[in-house]
Amino acid sequence: MSSIRNIVDKIKPTFAKGGKLGFLESTFDAFETFLFVPNTTTRRGAHIRDCNDMKRTMIMVVVALMPALLFGMYNVGYQHFLSQGAAPAFWASFWFGFLKVLPMIVVSYVVGLGIEFGFAQVRGHEVNEGFLVTGLLIPMIMPVDIPLWILGLSTAFAVIFGKEVFGGTGMNVFNPALVARVFAFLAYTPSMSGTKVWIAGLTSGEGVVDGFSGATPLENLVTTGRMGYSTMDAFLGFIPGSVGETSTVAILIGAAILLFTGIASWRTMISVFIGGLAMALVFNVCGSSAYAQIPGWYHLIIGGFAFGAVFMATDPVTSAQTATGQYIVGFLIGVLAVLTRVVNPAYPEGMMLAILFMNAMAPLVDHYVVEASIKRRNKRIKTAK
Amino acid sequence: MSMNDKNFKYLTGPFSANNPVIVQILGICSALAVTVQLKPAIVMALSVTVVTAFSNLVMSLLRNGVPSRIRIIIQLVVIAALVILVDQVLKAYVFEISKQLSVYVGLIITNCIVMGRVEAFALANKPWPAFLDGVGNGLGYGLILVIVAFFRELFGSGTLLGYPVIPESWYATEGGWYTNCGLMLFPPMALIIVGCIIWVHRSHNKDLQEK
Repeated sequence: MSSIRNIVDKIKPTFAKGGKLGFLESTFDAFETFLFVPNTTTRRGAHIRDCNDMKRTMIMVVVALMPALLFGMYNVGYQHFLSQGAAPAFWASFWFGFLKVLPMIVVSYVVGLGIEFGFAQVRGHEVNEGFLVTGLLIPMIMPVDIPLWILGLSTAFAVIFGKEVFGGTGMNVFNPALVARVFAFLAYTPSMSGTKVWIAGLTSGEGVVDGFSGATPLENLVTTGRMGYSTMDAFLGFIPGSVGETSTVAILIGAAILLFTGIASWRTMISVFIGGLAMALVFNVCGSSAYAQIPGWYHLIIGGFAFGAVFMATDPVTSAQTATGQYIVGFLIGVLAVLTRVVNPAYPEGMMLAILFMNAMAPLVDHYVVEASIKRRNKRIKTAK
Repeated sequence: MSMNDKNFKYLTGPFSANNPVIVQILGICSALAVTVQLKPAIVMALSVTVVTAFSNLVMSLLRNGVPSRIRIIIQLVVIAALVILVDQVLKAYVFEISKQLSVYVGLIITNCIVMGRVEAFALANKPWPAFLDGVGNGLGYGLILVIVAFFRELFGSGTLLGYPVIPESWYATEGGWYTNCGLMLFPPMALIIVGCIIWVHRSHNKDLQEK
């Protein structure tokens, strides 16, 4: 450890202002703070609530994503071997999935961080760490068969138009990972929907068993009104879907890590689930289609609902800031996601659109929560007089 | 009728420093609607140029005889007459494109640039400068339209002016890897492209940047 420190200290003057490579200052700073906790302290105002800086926070989210990611890799291989009619062995499946998902992660990080570093250099500020999480989220919410250039293009679009034009990390209105997904979804719809893209190798059709369907539970529900998979499989994650979203168990482990470390808001998380259940209950009572009649908790374990609720809706930048606001925004995300799923057959998954929509509404919700609080306090003052 | 420095500025100012679309943010609606392909965009650009130029000219000639109370209605009559003229010419000579442009030719009447130039310039200037100002603004608007349409047609349909540009063998359906970007066909993408043009333009023209 100390040898790395020595090397960093030794080359530091070269990158400082006026040094030989001074123009790379922000790039150097990014790597230094990546390796070591910075020893600078806040000078003005006392805003510190924790000794954690943003880099450590983001790393914690990456750790929380690991169970879902590892299971996702395994499931990619599992589904692939299943489609080939072979018995899916554990390590073979994992290795296959690892080799499939790794290039996606590499592309996402290289493209996204490349743009981030570029902007940091031009604007002369530090490289922000937000992309550590976004770069991992993007491959996890994409179908495994997506062409890598589309993945790269979506990442570039998300970083530039979802984040940098608003002023970088912490300024974005929309969750950048979801911007990447919505871009890919609207621009390259055939690569992002249907029954072929969710399982590796199904698009080319080579060696696929006759009659094998790669339809996700959501698509099955739209077409037949039944899930087509056992609830246990859906809960554990042995279903086709985007890379990291299939296993509710793995996501719940991630949720536990996020809640234990206090990084994600439990208010948002819980109220998304409650909102989804409530809307499903409404459909159970007054819906006529078979889809509307499915038990509400089905919605929570299929598609991206759990993943969105735990890792996307709780994004501290784009979600509501006030406690009451978090309840409202979370609840409405759940309601809108289930509403879109059941009522609009063109969008089998409503979670992405629901979260993006409520991202746009969150500042408004916050505004009225604050206004209401001010009004209540004013009233209290008046009655006290 | 001379092309001195001042008149020249009336003509070229709207191309960049005083562009109606990217500096004054006028005429955005039609810029989003008719830019899916290059051909209709060019026709639209020329139509708007003709209308702005001649409405400026006519209103400038009338400017001393029109009471200011009723000037708006007179402007509307002039502009509407010109738009109907353009519409008829398009229908006669380029019927296919006229059908593609559909209501947007008629809607030139409501294009903010046309009336904006009449109000802001033609009513206070002599006919020749007013005419040049109209041509300049029409072409400045057309320039942005053509740039946007270029990107949208190239990446959205893989063609330019209707001719295929991207090699057939690149396409995923033909065994290649490429797919056209469907988002380019939606109007929101035109807005993003206009935003990018503004971004590039402002970073080159520091005096336009808001503080």
